[in-house]
Amino acid sequence: MTETAKTSIRSEEQFLKVTRSRRNVAWSGVGALVVIVVLFAFPYYVGPGTTGIMIQGLIVLTLASMWNLLAGYAGLVSVGQQAFFGIGAYFVLIPAIHGVTPWAGLFIATIGAAVVAVPLWWLVARLRLGYFAIATWVLASVVMLVFEQITSIGGGSGMALPGLTGYDPAVLTADTYWAALTVAVLAIGGVYLLLRSKVGLTLTAIRDDERAARSSGVRVGLARMGVFIAAAAGCGAAGGILAIEQLQVVPSTSGGVFSVQWTAEMAFAVIIGGLGTIEGPILGTIVYMVLQQTLQSYNAWYLIILGLVAIAIALFARRGLWGTLDERFNIRLFPVGYHLWSPGETRRRRRQAVEAASSLP
Amino acid sequence: MEWVNDIIQGLLTGGLYALFACGLSLMFGVMKVVNLAHGDLATVAGYIGVGIIAISHVPVLWSIPIVVVLMAVLGYILQRSLIEAAISRGELTTLIVTFGLSIIIENGLQQFFTANSRGLGVGDSFITSSFTIGSQITIAYFNLAIFVLAVVVLLGLQLFMTHTKYGRLIRAVADDREAAQLSGADYRHVFGIAAAIAFGTVAIAGICDGMITTLSPTIGTDTILLFAFASVVIGGLGSLWGTLLGGIVLGVAQAIGAQINPNWEPLAGYAVFLLVLVVRPQGLTSRGAQS
Amino acid sequence: MSSRTASGAPLLDVRDLVVHHGQLRALSGISLAVYPGEVYALIGANGAGKSTLLRTIAGLHHPTSGSISYDGRDVTGLRPEKRATAGIVMVPEGRRLFPTLSLEENLKVGGSFARKGPWDIERVFELFPWMKERRGQKTAQMSGGEQQSVAIGRALVANPRVLLLDELSLGLAPVIVQRIYGMLPQILESGITVLLVEQDVSQALRVATHLQCLLEGHTTLEGTPADVTREQVEAAYFGAGSADAGEEYSQSPTAPHTPPHIDGSNPLWSGLTTSSRAC
Repeated sequence: MTETAKTSIRSEEQFLKVTRSRRNVAWSGVGALVVIVVLFAFPYYVGPGTTGIMIQGLIVLTLASMWNLLAGYAGLVSVGQQAFFGIGAYFVLIPAIHGVTPWAGLFIATIGAAVVAVPLWWLVARLRLGYFAIATWVLASVVMLVFEQITSIGGGSGMALPGLTGYDPAVLTADTYWAALTVAVLAIGGVYLLLRSKVGLTLTAIRDDERAARSSGVRVGLARMGVFIAAAAGCGAAGGILAIEQLQVVPSTSGGVFSVQWTAEMAFAVIIGGLGTIEGPILGTIVYMVLQQTLQSYNAWYLIILGLVAIAIALFARRGLWGTLDERFNIRLFPVGYHLWSPGETRRRRRQAVEAASSLP
Repeated sequence: MEWVNDIIQGLLTGGLYALFACGLSLMFGVMKVVNLAHGDLATVAGYIGVGIIAISHVPVLWSIPIVVVLMAVLGYILQRSLIEAAISRGELTTLIVTFGLSIIIENGLQQFFTANSRGLGVGDSFITSSFTIGSQITIAYFNLAIFVLAVVVLLGLQLFMTHTKYGRLIRAVADDREAAQLSGADYRHVFGIAAAIAFGTVAIAGICDGMITTLSPTIGTDTILLFAFASVVIGGLGSLWGTLLGGIVLGVAQAIGAQINPNWEPLAGYAVFLLVLVVRPQGLTSRGAQS
Repeated sequence: MSSRTASGAPLLDVRDLVVHHGQLRALSGISLAVYPGEVYALIGANGAGKSTLLRTIAGLHHPTSGSISYDGRDVTGLRPEKRATAGIVMVPEGRRLFPTLSLEENLKVGGSFARKGPWDIERVFELFPWMKERRGQKTAQMSGGEQQSVAIGRALVANPRVLLLDELSLGLAPVIVQRIYGMLPQILESGITVLLVEQDVSQALRVATHLQCLLEGHTTLEGTPADVTREQVEAAYFGAGSADAGEEYSQSPTAPHTPPHIDGSNPLWSGLTTSSRAC
């Protein structure tokens, strides 16, 4: 069942149809729902240990989706997303200190990170690619240093998260898992909807040819800012989940919320999985989790290998794992593109034409 | 006044920052590459120095030329292989590759040397001995020596750029790669030399830093890269002496910040950096607008 | 024609060159042969492919098919800097001097990998005496004609055997153009062969020993200035069916084979000498 958009262009008494690029959106939708239902049921049939691992994976998945949105669609390579990740964590901690339950704190974390993103964007918006990257790193350092100065929230050594005592550990893990899953689903869903919207079209235009887009009146700066803020919100939410999962917020020592390690993980997951596709970060996160579990967490080796694989893929298989699959088999789980059909053209005719053309010498 | 002392201290540190920064600036000016692993190279140089001294018991100062040559060669090789491949695939790929390198180096160092810090012992007396001017101002010989070394290296670099064939070629390739090719220059080789210089200078800086403070795997980015970048931005891209000025401004800002509150030392520097970024993004010495 | 083949093999031998700019076919099977001592001119309208041809010979473009031979060797796959050190040196369109380098430094860079030969910086200063006093100046402040001279000097100090000149007259006043072309004899004297691209057809015809006209990537005319008529050049320049294109011109009846005088003031030709983007 093709989903015919409302647009049709009349040309000489014939119609050109514009449709979404995937024939069966309905099937994908059903598939996604099935997957989500299965995932939701996880805690019921796996132990807390595995659930804990899944939470980690969901955090990285959220982060990866955000980084992909920034770098793959808006052309912003940020090496400082850990700033928003940490802000999210602290924005769960601080309300918790004042009696707000961390579950509600998640909302504060998301919105708070988005709010902070506005002035930070203003500082770095004009910088070109490479300098933008380092500047975000600088900003993340500044944010970290600022938070470390405030002793009431733990200063340099961090602080435990209040408000969740008295929970049964297994229940807590399950609840955290569901919160993490919700965040991840909302994040990916949000990215999908964003890209299907006008903003998404704007971003694709910018990605393809920035100057042409600008001269057609596309509000490049505004679109980018929107993406930056959205990504900050996503990272903030993920940071909030981490705070709940670890029951503490530590700023800078290994694994601390402001560690650049988080950016490394999200960036490498995206590169390996496939930059610029929604499915890529999902695949990349799976690879990351497999690596991490095989080499045991907090062991520096998995990051080294992750980095090496990412470099190799960036150089030799730029479109990442998903991108390469996509090229070969033309699968898209999340249809965000368009097809243009000339009058009388059917899917079969088009396929025949493509085959005929590609077989030419 | 303590302040004067701190300002002088900051000034001297600024020389070291400029030494860190000139390689970063060079690679960007010539090849348009922002090397996110730049700071980590300094750390690597420091660790290599530690290793050499441990193995061969050479005096610390001797380790400098050995490490510099090693790093310069490494720079050429890395440029001609990895970085050249990345450049041809675009800016995004270059950023990913250098970022990946940075993470690999930092975690690699962590694996092999643990997260503990090391120092390149120079002998306490050398480090701490100082002289006084008047009744208030104390200057450590060592810091002065490093500042002088930094200025000498920058001068040498300047002379290289203006008076030698390859210095001119580097500038020519930076101006117009194609036109340089038409004059017979293989720009890949020229890039390699520029990278070698960048790696070599950052190595000198790394060893000096290792003598003053202690090395740890993460200072490559925590301090070095970000301070180097801040120095370049404050001073303005495209000028070696601008970078020195930027480093000095950064050092002084940090010293003043430390005076107010020891924890504010890096923050003060970043504050100045952000100020410059907002008010005068092209830097203090540059005439044009920043790209 | 027989005198050409008698002098042996061509110095530069281009055969059936096909060059694409992405999907666009810029050159369709171009051939040319330049013999030592010649001044070979490529003429044609904007977008005809002249500069593309020159740049491909210099090594800055890869041909889709065809071959380029230099002094008997196949150089089709050779990198541009290797061609320069072998003796094929181009003065690129738009001068392309190094803006942060001084005049003398520009020349020095040109001589970085020079072959042995009569040209060096001192001899360039003899050719352009005004340069001596201004050797330390940055070239950005210099006039168009002066910049063009520096660009030529930069190529000369490499001691080329084949000098490629791309659109020398671009953006320069006719008087300056004449002066610059006036240097050609001294360049030729030193044993350099010249292959040039020129928008200004009359100027090209004045200095060339051989010429080829390109139109949309095809060769439309080949020969020597003495052999071709005004009508032939016009037809080749604009394509078939433009025999009446030059109607507004008057040609002196006493000079039946004078090459057409073309200057920018004639509205018909005005588009030719002012161009922003050549082929």
